Amino acid sequence: MNTPLLEIRNLKKSFGSLEVLKGIDLTVDVGEVIFLIGPSGGGKSTFARCINFLEKPTCGDVIFSGQVMCQDRNGGHYKAPEKLVRLARGDMPMVFQHFNLFAHRTALENVIEAPIWVQGRNRSEAIEDALRLLGEVGLRDKADYYPAQLSGGQKQRVAIARALAMHPKLILFDEPTSALDPELVAGILETIRSLADKGMTLIVVTHEMGFARKLADTVHFFSDGRILESGPPDRIFDHPETDRLSEFIRSILR
Amino acid sequence: MYEFFFILIPRHFPFLLEGAVVTLQLTLTSMVCGICIGLAVAIGRIGSKAPLKWLLAAYVEIWRDVPLIVQLLVIYFSLPTVGISLPAFWAGVLGLSLNLGAYLSEVFRSTILSIDPGQREAGESTGMSRLLVYRRVVLPQALRIAVPTVGGYFVSLLKDSSLVSFVSINELLRNGTIVISNTFRTMEIYLMVAIIYFALSFTASRAVLWIERALTPRYLRRNWEPSLSPKTSEVPA
Ligand SMILES: Nc1ncnc2c1ncn2[C@@H]1O[C@H](COP(=O)(O)OP(=O)(O)O)[C@@H](O)[C@H]1O
Ligand SMILES: [Mg+2]
Repeated sequence: MNTPLLEIRNLKKSFGSLEVLKGIDLTVDVGEVIFLIGPSGGGKSTFARCINFLEKPTCGDVIFSGQVMCQDRNGGHYKAPEKLVRLARGDMPMVFQHFNLFAHRTALENVIEAPIWVQGRNRSEAIEDALRLLGEVGLRDKADYYPAQLSGGQKQRVAIARALAMHPKLILFDEPTSALDPELVAGILETIRSLADKGMTLIVVTHEMGFARKLADTVHFFSDGRILESGPPDRIFDHPETDRLSEFIRSILR
Repeated sequence: MYEFFFILIPRHFPFLLEGAVVTLQLTLTSMVCGICIGLAVAIGRIGSKAPLKWLLAAYVEIWRDVPLIVQLLVIYFSLPTVGISLPAFWAGVLGLSLNLGAYLSEVFRSTILSIDPGQREAGESTGMSRLLVYRRVVLPQALRIAVPTVGGYFVSLLKDSSLVSFVSINELLRNGTIVISNTFRTMEIYLMVAIIYFALSFTASRAVLWIERALTPRYLRRNWEPSLSPKTSEVPA
């Protein structure tokens, strides 16, 4: 495991004249669980979305699974062709804060959609796989429900099953529990933990500090478009080096 | 009264009905073309860049700002001067569907934009192409929302198609005027024409209601009860 699964160098992103990411470096190894924390507006979502190209980075390198997605080259910024980007996306699906389940499709149809239409898998195989995954997240009996008939926590578990159905190399979570009622949060965190236990590579943006502390291999603290501190959770939470981080931890714990 | 029901109707109704058939053909053909134009223009305006986007916006603006009858006359009389000779029927279809397309493009554009961008992102983040996202995620939701409005335009079109009688297409209204010019029974014949239009429109609007209900997806219906359908319960858990 010498080559990292994901390598990001000097990634920058601007929206017009507003520079939101000011040079991010980050490496993720296979099986690693990465947590991104930090104050709201610091650029965590934008960063996660730059990884799978929902936002196009302005400059910097993203190398995923040996594939150059974008790179600074000879004074310009190379971007991989659309088709390669799509291929890579299938290997690193995203789980969103607001679930974003396809509203016109049942739980099962949500899960089989991309395997059939993107990966060209056989329908009955995809269904079998999907039902197994829905079973794993505890929703086997809700397969034929539409999103409108599911609770927030159930929707998010369907979204996780939908990501897993891609048999991805990496899953991106952008605040997966922030839109949930407090009593539903634990269930989702439990589901994410079980993925980590199975060796799935995860990048998780969250405000659940207790969870980050227990599960993370590495925590990155985002503030103002930069990673101010990185390290194992104990180091980050118990011995913050910057004032910003200690202030952030204090504000969260209050 | 006796004369109206037992002499005029049997004598002239068949000819008027022939016109009504043309009216229906004209309406259905123009509807299909109008929907295609509207959809293409809507997607084009949302997804394209400067020159094309501009051109499409100009089309919609111009076609909505000129009276339909004037558009029909311009098309009918200017096509031959640029060397295109279309049969009158197809010139009518062209005029009606370009007009309808301009209006429908606005309907489709707004329903497409009303779909939560998260839906599109969810599709893209699983590696779908933009085309596939449209086909599998955005359009199935956007078109269902558009059905009632499009249905309303269909009923209007059925009536507005009477304007093509001015460009010598033998549809219902024009057949009526032909009968009148031979018989001078102005009032009675126009009454028959009115009755036929009413019957057509009434049937059409009922049909639209029915289609609307049939197309309302299960997930938007009230009192919907989820149940395991055979296709999934066959597969062992
Ligand atoms: N599409 C966008 N256009 C313009 N500004 C944006 C856009 N998305 C995010 N931003 C800005 O980028 C900054 C970082 O936002 P975000 O990445 O959502 O932070 P976080 O997820 O850490 O709360 C914010 O100031 C936000 O207003
Ligand atoms: Mg965010």
